[in-house]
Amino acid sequence: MTAATVKSVYWQGLRDGAPFVIVVLPFSLLFGVAATEAGLTLAQAMGFTVLVIAGASQFAALQMMVDQAGIALVLLAALAVNLRMAMYSAALVPHLGAAPLWQRALVSYLLFDQTYLVSVKAYDERPSLTVRERIAYFFGVATPVTPVWCAMTGVGVLVGATIPPAMALDFALPITFLAMVAPMLRTMAHVAAAVTSVVVALLLIGLPSGFGLLIAAGCAMAVGVLVEERT
Amino acid sequence: MIYSSTEIWGIIAALAVGTFVIRFSFLGLIGDRPMPSIVLRLLRYTPVAVLPGLVAPLVLWPAATGGQPDAVRLIAAVVALAVGLWTRQVIWAILAGFGALYMGLFVAGVL
Repeated sequence: MTAATVKSVYWQGLRDGAPFVIVVLPFSLLFGVAATEAGLTLAQAMGFTVLVIAGASQFAALQMMVDQAGIALVLLAALAVNLRMAMYSAALVPHLGAAPLWQRALVSYLLFDQTYLVSVKAYDERPSLTVRERIAYFFGVATPVTPVWCAMTGVGVLVGATIPPAMALDFALPITFLAMVAPMLRTMAHVAAAVTSVVVALLLIGLPSGFGLLIAAGCAMAVGVLVEERT
Repeated sequence: MIYSSTEIWGIIAALAVGTFVIRFSFLGLIGDRPMPSIVLRLLRYTPVAVLPGLVAPLVLWPAATGGQPDAVRLIAAVVALAVGLWTRQVIWAILAGFGALYMGLFVAGVL
């Protein structure tokens, strides 16, 4: 393996990751806008985007904070949204497990839906890639998406304050969540889990902020597994 | 925000660390050791278990209309969901949802 092939694999990853800029850009912008609406400062919004770097959980945390939930519940709800990334982490072990620890740590920091999905597809299609080439490919995929993700939240915060209430940006968050969930409803089990989540959350709406959602999420995960077993 | 600046930064720091630990869990900490399959199967459903329950009250009782159900927002939500199911693409679902929202607000005379 030469440095030249590692470099070309990196560029390949970059090309394969580039289209996802279009997905990430509005999402990050909306987070900035929503964070301003919720009363966060520019630094706090950027802190979320750069340090947590996981869109859905950032929106979840923001909504729980707007609902004035206790801090423990804010954290539980947001981290629950990110639990799927444990699966991504497990799925990458056969491909990247032999890489140096610092590289695996950096991969972990940059492990989100787009980088995971694009990289695993390439690893499956090209089993001959060496571990170094796989790492190079992964960082290639992350290269265009990550800076755009970070920068657009800042833009969202700066323009968010100038957008009039008639533009109904309060509804940016529900639309974004629904847009994210819909493509995930691939099987009956996923649909059953989603329906359970909605029904239980609505039934328990009277509980203090966040409690109903946690119970609903637990029920929904159990229903998902049960339906999976029967189909 | 009812939280102090320190509390907000505490939430950000805890989320940053917690999210990294989740991502690093297998790659860095657990490695190839097998996990009980029931755990992996439960994990598969976390996004669809959390997000719908979070979004449902926001759609039915939006804060912007004083918690009253709002036809325009309901329609926009249904459109975003339907287009997401149909195209399987987040970006089209977002665009369609906003398109429906603004068309609805325009027709209702808000915009």
